[in-house]
Amino acid sequence: MNRFDYVRPNTVAEAVQALGADPQARFIAGGTNLIDLMKYDVERPGRLIDITRLPLRDITEQDGGYRIGALVTNATVAYDARIKERYPLLSSAILAGASAQLRNAASTGGNLLQRTRCYYFYDTATPCNKREPGTGCGAIGGVNRIHAILGASEHCIATHPSDMAVALAALEAVVQVSGPNGDRSIPLSEFHRLPGDDPAKDTNLAPGEIIVAVDLPAKQFKTNYTYLKLRDRLSYAFALVSVAAALELDGETIRTARLALGGVAHKPWRNPEAEALLQGKPATRETFQAAADLILREAKPQSTNGFKIELARRAIVRGLEQAAAGTPQSQSDKRIQ
Amino acid sequence: MLIDSGSPGAAGTIGISLTINGERREIQVAPWTTLLDLLRERLDLTGTKKGCDHGQCGACTVLVNGTRINSCLSLAVMQDGAEITTVEGLASLAAREGKNSLHPIQEAFVEHDAFQCGYCTPGQLCSSVGLMNEGHAHSREEIREAMSGNICRCGAYTNIVDAIEDVMQQGGAR
Repeated sequence: MNRFDYVRPNTVAEAVQALGADPQARFIAGGTNLIDLMKYDVERPGRLIDITRLPLRDITEQDGGYRIGALVTNATVAYDARIKERYPLLSSAILAGASAQLRNAASTGGNLLQRTRCYYFYDTATPCNKREPGTGCGAIGGVNRIHAILGASEHCIATHPSDMAVALAALEAVVQVSGPNGDRSIPLSEFHRLPGDDPAKDTNLAPGEIIVAVDLPAKQFKTNYTYLKLRDRLSYAFALVSVAAALELDGETIRTARLALGGVAHKPWRNPEAEALLQGKPATRETFQAAADLILREAKPQSTNGFKIELARRAIVRGLEQAAAGTPQSQSDKRIQ
Repeated sequence: MLIDSGSPGAAGTIGISLTINGERREIQVAPWTTLLDLLRERLDLTGTKKGCDHGQCGACTVLVNGTRINSCLSLAVMQDGAEITTVEGLASLAAREGKNSLHPIQEAFVEHDAFQCGYCTPGQLCSSVGLMNEGHAHSREEIREAMSGNICRCGAYTNIVDAIEDVMQQGGAR
């Protein structure tokens, strides 16, 4: 790990000011991803701004929904009685990710800002446009089993690793940020970006901005939801494909459908066309297959991850079936019903 | 700013206060020292193990204010003011409750043969206590899932779950 200066502000304004004074500095909260990246020399900040003392640790009711402070840990969100009861999809997605120790340390804001787990991004001996723009992409034509099948570019095929963000995308959460030019809101589905020709940029956060909260809208999807995560081992592994599905049903007919995929793209993947297709249709396997076909119409395999397209197709159908039946995937009993 | 590494003290170091296994300590640390390295290299608390040093194996698990975390992925300076319990402190945690031998989870690990080489054991023990403090795992399946952050290359998993289940049935953590 490189040597660095360390400051510990007490307020959001002080934190924003500290970053403004040193744009190369990094905020640190849980540290579970940043410290790891620093040990690999992928990140070499000259200064860390420890934001753990900022007053951003509350979950409060707001506009019929909830505001989750940026420093609330992943474990606290997942086990919060209000979140478990009203947003079980979010709780389930968080518990599908990482380990208990990591969830105890990792923050809500940090979860959104974690970097890809692409092997080439982590390996400083290989080229990577995300780590060192202009050097190329080792994953294209390399080992790319875990990489993107949707929305990738010729410069980067990395995926975003968060489970929590996939549920937040389906729930249409809103990220609250503060910065040198004041406060603003960014819908979760616009928070992360596709790699395009600038894969070094993971999000649409502007320079100098800090996440202060994530807002959950009033719509909860308490009954018909699931977070189905498929991976190489049953716990403590990143998703090959994951599906956050949330439905509102009128009898057998779909009134509202929300569907977000993880592990397949540079951001949680939503397809408004597919959600529109589901609306007003009977909640049957045929309907779900049509939605899956629509979403994966533009899927593009890399050299060794073609299997993910079929895996995603089946996961979408199974996820929607679980949601429609009101039988969400258990995150402890790993059998897929 | 509350703290700035430009402040007086040895160049680049910061004074922090930690309560480790019940003992309060004032320590000067360089900001890039992980909690794990502070415990092992500076304080000779080598019970906490460095396995992968990347948050993947759980051998470095300690309790911070009663909550289990990977000490390899935390900077010591960020824990200023915290109460840390390592494997060396588990017995005294039990002693506080009037027991003068091992912590019940340590006894259960011995009884259930829940280790072989022992390298992951300090992390498994601290993680088990953290799990019981959390109170979310009840069934064997839930215990297995909640312990998935602790890898055991010898494969003592079944006996580890037995040991935890046993202590939970006797009344859980302390």
